[in-house]
Amino acid sequence: MGNYKKYVLPGDAACPGCPIPIGLKVVSSATDGKAILVIPACCTSVVVGSAPKSSLNMPVVHVPFASAASVASGIREALLKRNKEDMSVIVWAGDGGTADIGMASLSGAAERNSDIIYIMYDNEAYMNTGIQRSSSTPEGAWTTTTPILGKTEQKKDVAKIMMSHNVPYVATASIAYPHDFYNKLTRALKIKGFRFIQLHSPCPVGWRFDASLTVDVAKAAVETGMWILYEYRDGKLEFSNPSKYLIEHNGFKPIEDYLKLQGRFSIIGRERIKELYAERDRNIEWFKKLL
Amino acid sequence: MLLSEKKKEKMVITGNHAVAYAVKLSRVKVISAYPITPQTSIVEKLSEFVEKGELDASIIKVESEHSALAAVYGAAIAGARSFTATSSHGLLYMHEWVHWFSRARIPTVMAVVTRTIGPPWNIWPDHSDFIDQRDAGWIMSFAMDNQEVVDLVIQAFKIGEDPSVYLPVMIGLEGFILGGTAMPVELPFEEDVAKFLGERRQPYSVADSVVSVGNLTSPEDTELMQMDIQAAMERSKEIIRKVDEEYGRLFGRKYGGLTSCYRCEDAKYVAFTMGAWSGDAMEAVDILRNQGIDVGLVRIRYVRPFPSEEIKQALSSARMGIVFDRSISFGGYGQLFEDIASAIVNAREKATIVNVIAGLGGVNITAEDFANVLGKLISDFEEGKELSHKLWYHSGEVMKY
Repeated sequence: MGNYKKYVLPGDAACPGCPIPIGLKVVSSATDGKAILVIPACCTSVVVGSAPKSSLNMPVVHVPFASAASVASGIREALLKRNKEDMSVIVWAGDGGTADIGMASLSGAAERNSDIIYIMYDNEAYMNTGIQRSSSTPEGAWTTTTPILGKTEQKKDVAKIMMSHNVPYVATASIAYPHDFYNKLTRALKIKGFRFIQLHSPCPVGWRFDASLTVDVAKAAVETGMWILYEYRDGKLEFSNPSKYLIEHNGFKPIEDYLKLQGRFSIIGRERIKELYAERDRNIEWFKKLL
Repeated sequence: MLLSEKKKEKMVITGNHAVAYAVKLSRVKVISAYPITPQTSIVEKLSEFVEKGELDASIIKVESEHSALAAVYGAAIAGARSFTATSSHGLLYMHEWVHWFSRARIPTVMAVVTRTIGPPWNIWPDHSDFIDQRDAGWIMSFAMDNQEVVDLVIQAFKIGEDPSVYLPVMIGLEGFILGGTAMPVELPFEEDVAKFLGERRQPYSVADSVVSVGNLTSPEDTELMQMDIQAAMERSKEIIRKVDEEYGRLFGRKYGGLTSCYRCEDAKYVAFTMGAWSGDAMEAVDILRNQGIDVGLVRIRYVRPFPSEEIKQALSSARMGIVFDRSISFGGYGQLFEDIASAIVNAREKATIVNVIAGLGGVNITAEDFANVLGKLISDFEEGKELSHKLWYHSGEVMKY
């Protein structure tokens, strides 16, 4: 991995245990800082600190919620017209700005095959405004707007939606597997057109776990099959290690191992857990058809 | 001598195509727009220029107006001269970005082909959509005819990109009345426009330096930045006047700066208008002058920065000002009236000013309408009748609102 220390500086405003700086370190090292980051309203708008200082030593454009992909498209076209094609344009957006309010502009940029990389760091709720449910919150999870029943709807699968746009590159990643994320970014950087990566990013504050456990929780999601790592290119899917090994050897840990690490699932009942097993298996069977 | 010695090009084109030609002459690099009536033929014409290879620009075909202005922001912030155009609901949908753009101090140009706001659905023009953006930090000009459309669009790049300004500029033109109606227009030569505008200038670019734009900051810094916008607006008045002079010298057309005056030098009664109906109002002035009434017209060319000094001057020796607004701030007044009243609030000798709301939803107002209203209000005033300052002209009647 490259030298992220030049780009992600100490002294940011992240909560203890926040996955965002982990992800940004990978992004900055994979691009060696040669990228313009577009960040819509999300936790990162706060995490990078208050002007005139910034914890990100890269060009950053903060934008209002719904339009990060559109701004990135505009930057890309300006770079083309100005013969500055060595710079990458990367959107770094939360699940709210991606799966919900930003969905139309995301879809528009994908349909245009705009030459940008879109990274959705998925902390599975609106964490910046205080843990309200998003369409990317998983079923059964407690949030401040699903306070008694937990979320009663399924998690929207944005990566699947992006596959349907037939863009050149779609992948999932996890902050527990930085080398896998790094390698995916490196491959994505070599491809032209619209590239999408969904980065699973557990939030200690919103998910109710100890700040020291961020990486363990992210790892447990993969080990229990609640988060599958894969790459999708040219109509073909490939499971990434370690998801590939777990699927081939049916080696998943019990889903309870993932749930019990987090306070947000403390209200989930046994029936619902059974459904989660069934949903996980259906999900894997769906992906297998694309192999 | 900057002007080409060649003969100038004359064409008969619509206001919308006048916008498109002016954008082409200004060598814009990135365009993004979403079709909406009555703006659509601007982006269609520009697409044609680009696909024919007559304009070396990228057109980003976005899925909404919100994204159109966002994409233009991305292009502008990365150092490209950029452009968009919209109307009515499209402009309202952009409104978040209208604010965001000016507060980042990034120049761009947007044409607003004005159209009333629904419901009910109505595609005819008034000034409601345009004037609704009044407080967002854009320099805002409004054209009277298609020639002025060309001239304002070209000048907008020069004004917005001036280092003492660095603000986005929008140009209003009424849908159908100008946008869809063809008139003879003189187009400057592209090389002359290139010399007049020079290279793109902007305060910073994310493609050229490690700069972080728009991040969280303190209340104090936020307020200071807004004070800077206000100061830039005030400075832009001088730039607008200078650019009008320079353009007049080079291209043969100058308009008077932030306002344009018609027979108002010795006028005891001054009408105020903005946009295409100013031509009808001028005819009305001629009709009344023939009847021996000393009336003149001040046409508002720039709503922001507001030409307070010019207004004050025009009303300094007048008895009465009659302000025609083609939009209304419901529960208040017409917005031009509010601004004109504010401009003279501290004047020692105050003229009486009245507000006439008219032409909303695209209702046609003719020269005879203007002459009737002005004639009636002036004779009432001279007879010493008490005048309401809140009037609405509808179906040939002047009523209180």
